[in-house]
Amino acid sequence: MSTLAINSTSSGDARTLDLSLGPQHPSTHGVFRMNVTLEGETVVKLKPVFGYLHRNHEKIAEGNSWLAAMPYTDRLDYICPITNNWAYAVAVEKLAGIEVAERAEYIRVIVGELTRLQNHAAFLGFVLGDMGAWGSALMYAFREREKILDLFESLTGARMMCNYMRFGGCRCDLPPGWIEGATKVVDKFPAFLDEMEALLTGNEILLARLQGVAPLSAARAINGGMSGPVLRASGVDYDIRKVDGYGIYNRFKFRIPRGEVGDCYDRFMLRVIESRESLQILKQAIAGLPGGPIINPKAKLRGFRPPVGEAYGRIESPKGELGFYVISDGTDKPYRFRIRPPSLINLTLLEELCLGTKIADVMIILGTVDIVLGEVDR
Amino acid sequence: MITAVLEKIHSGLPGAHVELVNNPSPCAQHSLLVGAADARAVAEFLRDDLQFDFASNVSGVDWPPRKVKESVVRKETVDGVEKEIKETIEHDVPGYLEAVYHLYSVARKCGPITLRMRTVDRDKNVSLPSLTPVWKSADFQEREVFDLYGIRFDGHPDLRRLLMWDEYADHPMRKDFVPPDDFEYEPTPHDNVLKRVKAREATEGEGA
Repeated sequence: MSTLAINSTSSGDARTLDLSLGPQHPSTHGVFRMNVTLEGETVVKLKPVFGYLHRNHEKIAEGNSWLAAMPYTDRLDYICPITNNWAYAVAVEKLAGIEVAERAEYIRVIVGELTRLQNHAAFLGFVLGDMGAWGSALMYAFREREKILDLFESLTGARMMCNYMRFGGCRCDLPPGWIEGATKVVDKFPAFLDEMEALLTGNEILLARLQGVAPLSAARAINGGMSGPVLRASGVDYDIRKVDGYGIYNRFKFRIPRGEVGDCYDRFMLRVIESRESLQILKQAIAGLPGGPIINPKAKLRGFRPPVGEAYGRIESPKGELGFYVISDGTDKPYRFRIRPPSLINLTLLEELCLGTKIADVMIILGTVDIVLGEVDR
Repeated sequence: MITAVLEKIHSGLPGAHVELVNNPSPCAQHSLLVGAADARAVAEFLRDDLQFDFASNVSGVDWPPRKVKESVVRKETVDGVEKEIKETIEHDVPGYLEAVYHLYSVARKCGPITLRMRTVDRDKNVSLPSLTPVWKSADFQEREVFDLYGIRFDGHPDLRRLLMWDEYADHPMRKDFVPPDDFEYEPTPHDNVLKRVKAREATEGEGA
């Protein structure tokens, strides 16, 4: 697994070493590459290189019908396909002024928050793997994630490529017994979080590797376009679920956890605390789930032609602000289909965070930003 | 909200070229078209005075030259009788590239404000001022717009292609982009041999 390609020193300076880190590195979470210049073990320069997974998603979507882009959004952040569907649906519903069916709104919140739970569980496993706790932690996390993926499979037919949302609602109704299964997962999940915390929070190695590493100030995080858990870990009170109140989030009671210094430890723990708040939302949403149709009967799917105009819709995806900017020219294809990828934009400050740290910390910093390359490269 | 912002810009920066672009969609997210010369000043005013501190999204849009048909009614006197003649006039709208910024305010928890800038044309004059010095978050996104649309952002600290490789010549997100027949094609040393074979086959017949 030795994938660190050591280049000769390009500058001829004997004190620095140019290192091409990736793209086939197990800790870059996919095909991500960084050109790092080291002085000893200290990072003095870091330039990310993108595009290894680029397939021009936006161009492909502009060549297909509005609905045909929906299953393709699953492939963006493939850890959380349902929130990708949701963001696209929100943008198009804004563009065409489509009302969403009441029951569908509740189902969206339930599956969206389950997505957040499984993303954060997987995140814990990945970061611990980056820290050298290879295997066990990831298996613990994936055991929990698997239970949620089973729910997705029984609901949508697919574990990861769900293709579940439609403009104005959802594709299919909950199968019998699904709510009981979801309730069971929600009831059992705190035990997993407690177990993880008992094993990890006081662990000396974990604290040494995370605390005080790469702190990020609130002002820099905002200017650098950080969003989601990374932004909140820097102490900024900004959650799109509260700010925009999209869907029906303003009906639920939940708190927005915040970090203090924005170091790797804050970014790590924020996901744990945020999962607990997601469980609160899930309980309220499951309790309040109404009956009725799962899709707005007036919504048109085949031959859908939204009126001329444009809209920017965004949601709080587990990774951050996932937005879609769509322009319609009145035909059955999007004139412009733009994705605002939180994974890519959260890497804007990667060099700033890594400068002056040791090379071993770069992986942890990258891990706590939480990226998925399907979304970075699109 | 957008009209209030526009009024504040006009009073704070008199003479700046900013106009409202109407959005007919039900969401009514109207946008502000900013002249390239004033863009940096307007951006700094929005960030510092109106607290739009979060540049969320930067996207390029390509508008190729198009013909717009307009029906005109004109009056003409033929043989002493006034007649109304309906005519459709076609006129050309020149193409341009557009950079669209979606701004939010984290401090005031409001938004979005949509800023647009337009290039003069699509070939030679494709420069726009970079807003990366104002909002760092525009950094990678402006590189992506440069890569896929070919807008040059003046004042960008590191304007390189983001997703395509550096030697790549085209801008794939443009509307008139023609995808290659063979996406996997790479020039090889064998190409010259194949070319010679083809030339010989053309003169001497196949299988020669």
